[in-house]
Amino acid sequence: MTHDPHHVPAPELPPPGLVYTTPAGRATHTPEAPRRELPPNVSLQIDGVAVSVPAGSTILDACRAQGLDIPTLCYLENLTPVNVCRVCVVEVKGSRVLAPACSRKVEEGMDVETESERVRHSRKVVLEFLGSSVDLSLAGQQVPNGDAARYARRYGADPGRFGPPADGAGAHERDDRDPGHHHSPVGEEAVLAATVEQPVKVDNNLYVRDYSKCILCYKCVEACGEDAQNTFAIAVAGRGFDARISTEWDAPLPDSACVYCGNCIGVCPTGALMFKSEFDMRAAGTWDESAQTTTSTICPYCGVGCAVDLHVQDNTIVKVTSPMDSTVTEGHLCIKGRFGFEFTNERRRG
Amino acid sequence: MFGAGGGTSSYREAEETDLIVLWGSNARETHPIFFHHLLRGVRNGARLYAVDPRRTSSAEWADVWLGLDVGSDIALANAIGREIIHAGLANMEFINRATDDFEKYRAKVESYTLEYAERETGVPAAAIRELAHAYATADKAMICWTLGITEHHNAVDNVLALIDLSLLTGHVGKWGSGLNPLRGQNNVQGGGDMGALPDRLPGFQYVENDDLRLKCDALWNCVVPAKRGWHLSGMLEAMDRHELTALYVIGENPMQSEADRTLTERRLTGLDFLVVQDIFLTATAEIADVVLPAAASWAESEGTVTNSERRVQRVRKAMDPPGDAREDLWIIYEIARRMGSDWGEASAERTWDEVRSISPVHRGMTYKRLEELGGIQWPCWDESHPGELFLHSRLWEDPVPGLRAPFVAVDHDPPVDRLTEDFPIRLTTGRRLDSYNTGVQSGGFTSPLRRGESLDISPEDAERFSLAEGERVRVVSRRGSVEVPVRVDPSLRPGLTFMTMHFPDDVATNILTIDATDPKSGTAEFKATAIRIEKLGAAVPA
Repeated sequence: MTHDPHHVPAPELPPPGLVYTTPAGRATHTPEAPRRELPPNVSLQIDGVAVSVPAGSTILDACRAQGLDIPTLCYLENLTPVNVCRVCVVEVKGSRVLAPACSRKVEEGMDVETESERVRHSRKVVLEFLGSSVDLSLAGQQVPNGDAARYARRYGADPGRFGPPADGAGAHERDDRDPGHHHSPVGEEAVLAATVEQPVKVDNNLYVRDYSKCILCYKCVEACGEDAQNTFAIAVAGRGFDARISTEWDAPLPDSACVYCGNCIGVCPTGALMFKSEFDMRAAGTWDESAQTTTSTICPYCGVGCAVDLHVQDNTIVKVTSPMDSTVTEGHLCIKGRFGFEFTNERRRG
Repeated sequence: MFGAGGGTSSYREAEETDLIVLWGSNARETHPIFFHHLLRGVRNGARLYAVDPRRTSSAEWADVWLGLDVGSDIALANAIGREIIHAGLANMEFINRATDDFEKYRAKVESYTLEYAERETGVPAAAIRELAHAYATADKAMICWTLGITEHHNAVDNVLALIDLSLLTGHVGKWGSGLNPLRGQNNVQGGGDMGALPDRLPGFQYVENDDLRLKCDALWNCVVPAKRGWHLSGMLEAMDRHELTALYVIGENPMQSEADRTLTERRLTGLDFLVVQDIFLTATAEIADVVLPAAASWAESEGTVTNSERRVQRVRKAMDPPGDAREDLWIIYEIARRMGSDWGEASAERTWDEVRSISPVHRGMTYKRLEELGGIQWPCWDESHPGELFLHSRLWEDPVPGLRAPFVAVDHDPPVDRLTEDFPIRLTTGRRLDSYNTGVQSGGFTSPLRRGESLDISPEDAERFSLAEGERVRVVSRRGSVEVPVRVDPSLRPGLTFMTMHFPDDVATNILTIDATDPKSGTAEFKATAIRIEKLGAAVPA
């Protein structure tokens, strides 16, 4: 790095007596960010225990502060809650319906039950609907908060009780469905469980979209949109059971607004969005997480200095993620940071 | 700035400021994750002004885009300064307490009227006035820039003109107010901080200061040359005079990255001895006498890098390097050993502790603390110091401890490569989102966004010259010519064209660029080349 285009050199002849160091003087006090006044605390009951948390906290925040394990699927710390999955619901005394803990704010005097019969039943049914219609085989292995299998066991969910799965859809069949063409299932159709099964979308070399695994948690939409990337390449299309994540007009990714930051992969809880390298290795039977190491380092491209975690198997980088607690990235990367590692592998192949 | 070569603010401040001027920076594509912070600021209500010859994908997010002519930045900045003074919006309390030489600045900018600036920059006077008033009256405001400011023959003057604006308004040294050069490479900041600059020792300590240099002499048991060395352009020029005859290149590809490729090639091939240490057999390595295969610093080595908010962060070894490649540190230690000086075991942490012993601003950064705190922003004076979120807070103390910050008045000086009848079109250069510099790294992955090199031209010029999308043309500058397909890009204005450096094996853009370098920083004017476009097969104009 002999060449620093931003360096302003010292004058040729410094005035006598000046000490040229950095900075040209030292502050009396360490500079600080403005202090935010903590909001007053709110008192509430959670499972019969009196707790006190700052106003503006969610019920989920309050529960986690108590060490309670509330299941979540669509919630992620670096995204705005959209409360669509409903597995985090809790019972708030006096409230007609169950409340999503991830977004409902605490209120003074609230009385919350997190494992009441009604709550357990609701979570069980949600997990059964998801389990019967979506391939959850990789849920929970990708990122935190996606551990559907563990929750299913906890609540005794039996996705098989809706019958054997119906045949999957053909390529783009679900994308082409028009709204309003539904009918009640009759005859043989009625004993089968409807599913979102469909072929994997492979339309570029960087990542694949396996919507058979999509629980419509919206995390990818949020990460592509206002919460991080602000590219808005994807949204939810369709209604009801035909609702699905789609690019504009279901265009292949190379024809869409996608800029391949892969921040959607970073937040996907079910493995529906996956590096092409991981997808190919899984298909070949060579993907082996037990043989992988994860090393924290810094992206080799621009000067922002993004924290990257390198997932290495057999001395080869197979995947890149970014830690959510990095103040630089908050878990998000760009195309170079997420996919630009191939040059390191390429040197090994010669 | 003010003796410290680093961005003054933290990224988080971009989220909480009231106004951001993005000047000569397409951060949306070149610094995408910084742009995430910036966009959060915009969503929180900050106004965004984009100053750029191109209406880039960054400028698309701006409240106002000031599309200035390439190389007219100082005319614009000085006019903003004059307007702030004339409107009575200068922060005189700050100026009187914390700065020097305001009167010289006031006298210098007096001739930079809005009308003059409109003529010289092509930006409407009303837009310049609006930016001046908005910047001066904002509670918190920051200026961020990239190579659009610094890849000019008067790069340092450009930077000084922006610093002057911050001094005029007091928009520096406070939370949410600052001056931020966004660094182009993952450790260009750290390289400078470590003293890889001709006039500095580790920690930006001035080499020509006897006290500071003698401290190093004692530690290293040697005599550090008492005079500053050459910067990169100075080295290239010294090759012409045969004063520099041997070169040791680590992790750079000057054959393809330097302006005026033909001249660079002549200089490098004329050396008596060239050593290249790199992770690739680059175009530069191919002509070297000795190639030292290196480990990738970010994935195959231990160490630290420093980012654009001065945050020192650890890089770690995730995998073994291929073949005989070795860590840079090991190679350097081994060369020292074979020259008869045994430095012991090549340990990144031990070397870092040596940096800490010599550089006051890094003193408190142990590996353990870097690990625990997720990196630390310099200065970090001791092991109880948290590092500084933003620089120059001392300028808001009364009296100011240390030196006051001087205004340095500068004049507009247009690009060296003048537009004439023979070369009527301006070519500027930059990066695209999915590629990087000469492409040796980014060329390794297949990007669906990548379309290869092109001469991007405005729709108006496409019509004027009867050029079709994809048509190959010859681009001619005063130094050479290349053939390249045309791409029509509505972000460009008539008379302005754009190319990258990403595909030098296909199209060597630097055959066209000029090595007019800034005498102070040594940076070449990559941003301003005069060209003409010739249709292939058409007669070459006399």
